[in-house]
Amino acid sequence: MISKRIIPCLDIAHGKVVKGVRFEGIKEVDDPVSLAKRYSEEGADELVFYDIMASFEERTLFLDVVSNVAAQINIPFMVGGGIKTLDDMHACLKAGADKISVNSAAIDDPSLISIGAQRFGSQCIVLSMDVLVESNGFVRVMKKGGREATSLEAFAWATQGIELGAGEIVLNVINQDGTKEGFDVNLTSEFAKRFNVPIIASGGAGNAQHMAEVLVSGADAALAASIFHFNEVSIQEVKAEVRKAGCIVR
Amino acid sequence: MTSKIVMIDYGVGNVFSLLHALQRVGVDCILTDDVQLIQSADVVILPGVGAFEDAMNQLKQKGLDQVLINKPTHQWLIGICLGMQLLYEISEEFGVHQGLGLLKGRIVKFHEGSLKIPHMGWNKLQSAVKHPLLKDLNNEAYVYYVHSYYASEIESSTLIGFSDYGLSVPGIVLKDKIIGFQFHPEKSGQVGEQLLRNLLEVVA
Repeated sequence: MISKRIIPCLDIAHGKVVKGVRFEGIKEVDDPVSLAKRYSEEGADELVFYDIMASFEERTLFLDVVSNVAAQINIPFMVGGGIKTLDDMHACLKAGADKISVNSAAIDDPSLISIGAQRFGSQCIVLSMDVLVESNGFVRVMKKGGREATSLEAFAWATQGIELGAGEIVLNVINQDGTKEGFDVNLTSEFAKRFNVPIIASGGAGNAQHMAEVLVSGADAALAASIFHFNEVSIQEVKAEVRKAGCIVR
Repeated sequence: MTSKIVMIDYGVGNVFSLLHALQRVGVDCILTDDVQLIQSADVVILPGVGAFEDAMNQLKQKGLDQVLINKPTHQWLIGICLGMQLLYEISEEFGVHQGLGLLKGRIVKFHEGSLKIPHMGWNKLQSAVKHPLLKDLNNEAYVYYVHSYYASEIESSTLIGFSDYGLSVPGIVLKDKIIGFQFHPEKSGQVGEQLLRNLLEVVA
């Protein structure tokens, strides 16, 4: 059977890996290619690269990162950030990406998901969602990297995205993001139960137990950034913990 | 390696990774849509990521479907992921479409049920037979799959390796000089590299 995936996430700005806390306090940490290569060799199952600047000027720089990474590593990787058109998707795939994640632009124009899925296949189109759990329990979809509220409810948006052809979902819970207090296990588990596409848990990874917890609860993959970037825990340590918790890992 | 290896360029993504993976195991592969180059090659690689119908249309527009269907008998043809699916007779992806028909079988969707679709991620490659393509792999050989459709009703004698995803998913198939990989060897880490090295020995 398929194994659970451990996915380091690399936020890219000006051609470098950066990490912010709750989308603020950004600081530079490393060169994307050497970090990607290290993770790949250490047993990461997949990588994610987000173009967090997502500006026209930065696009070429980001695509350079993508093609340099593709030349150096032999595991799959997803790219996202500022993907607005079929041409954007094609440029990333041509540079060597395996999957394309769409977020804000798909909220503005959901047909982006269907035309992407039609052209490149559902397995290639990932719907990334930044969601905020509000005090009354309403799970609100946010856009622009979590800065702007929408009227969308998370389950409804995921349902629509999957119907349009999204083959996978990244569920990033903003309440947890950067806290290192653990994933929102309940919400992620509910997503995994409800939807028949893989769910990648994101937001809140602070240690190996957190990763194991959310994977046991049903997530297909768990994403983390700073705990790996700052060598707080190794990928193999996370995998050992996940295996101990009873999941299959590579 | 003296044989001439080409990869078909027909506008589908992901050839870059495959080219680099081949380079890492010592192969210079020409990316081309030139009919004569393809016809004169010893090994032809048909890559593919995307939708079946679209890919078939791209091949047809370039006249490459006929080139592959009428390939010289000594020539190896290697289909990877969607490239493997195109080798079969029929696909049910977004309607019913004809493939190249070089292998018997049809491409069908995984049944909706308890299993997630796509079949996406690392799955254990199990051997159906002992074969040089599987040389030096241990029984923890995980390979990377990403697909929502799989080859069914295939000739059982063509099955070399498979993975379990609720059913037996053909992972590597071989008939005469035609090989298909459903998973992505170029994305399957060290196991993938070993498989590519094995492949090169087999087609050498």
